Amino acid sequence: MTSPLWEVFVRSRRGLAHTHVGSLRAPDAHMALRNARDVYTRRQEGTSIWVVPAAVVVASSPDEKDEFFDPAGDKPYRHPTFYEVPEGVEHL
Amino acid sequence: MSQVLTDLDTAAYALRLGDDALVHGQQLCAWAYSSPEIEQDVAMLNLALDLLGQARALLTRAGELEGRGRDEDDLAFLRDEPSWTNALIVELDGGDFARTTARQLLVSAYTVPLWTELCGSADPVLAGVAGKAVKEVAYHLDHARSWTVRLGDGTPESARRMQAGLEDVWPYAFELFAVDPLVERLVARGVAADPTRLEPVWRSTVEAVLAEARLAVPETTWRPAGGRSGRHTEGFGHLLAELQHVHRSHPGASW
Repeated sequence: MTSPLWEVFVRSRRGLAHTHVGSLRAPDAHMALRNARDVYTRRQEGTSIWVVPAAVVVASSPDEKDEFFDPAGDKPYRHPTFYEVPEGVEHL
Repeated sequence: MSQVLTDLDTAAYALRLGDDALVHGQQLCAWAYSSPEIEQDVAMLNLALDLLGQARALLTRAGELEGRGRDEDDLAFLRDEPSWTNALIVELDGGDFARTTARQLLVSAYTVPLWTELCGSADPVLAGVAGKAVKEVAYHLDHARSWTVRLGDGTPESARRMQAGLEDVWPYAFELFAVDPLVERLVARGVAADPTRLEPVWRSTVEAVLAEARLAVPETTWRPAGGRSGRHTEGFGHLLAELQHVHRSHPGASW
């Protein structure tokens, strides 16, 4: 019998968001967290881990790609590239 | 370079601890590519790697204090069975996953208070190893506890196997708490952990896990021992052959 699939998110350091790093199999959340620690943070990759049952992830369908993503293609004004950066502002 | 003074007692003690870690790590490696899922492969080998790291530091320290010019490799690869001083429990065949888990539980429930005590050892190297090892073995205990509860409080078959594995391994645990003249001298010097203080901690840890896992505390009073004086189980020669043959076949080879 194969254990359920879990998606693993790791935060590499304080202040950054958790990033998806991969998936693994585990019988429950407790084990999933420990397996994630062993599989994905062996080389000091993280300070925090989330595990999420893969079954609860709702994904967009490749079939809907056109109506989902193409309409954004011709709207460059949504990018913040039309502002002048005031002098002296370094980290905008 | 500063000269390390010869201290045969502390050398022998470091060797015991190093042999425990190295042999236990080697036994865990038997699960490489054999676990039910790749996640467990990685988990078991992580435990083994922690133990190998502890063993390297401990064998190196044993070699320094022994004063015969032997390094970690000499001690790991060029000693025959009677010169090994690990407790028998770590060399026991892992059997099925439940038995491996039982062995891990009983050993980790001992190494957690052991390394906690040794953080205050009068030997600076032992204290240093302890500072690192105490976090590693805390995870080992957590891993063993999780699986013991899962298997013991799982299906009838997993519970049967977990109880059977526990019964197999249980009698061997008590060698870890044996007091002999070497340990007495080193406890008096503040170098070694006092086994009589470790055993009650071990027992309460193990009994709490077994209660949670709905497993029975084994009742056998058989107490096999002999590892500390080099008398090992039948399978130990095979284990050493696998551990040592590359080094012995290619003397002086390096990566």
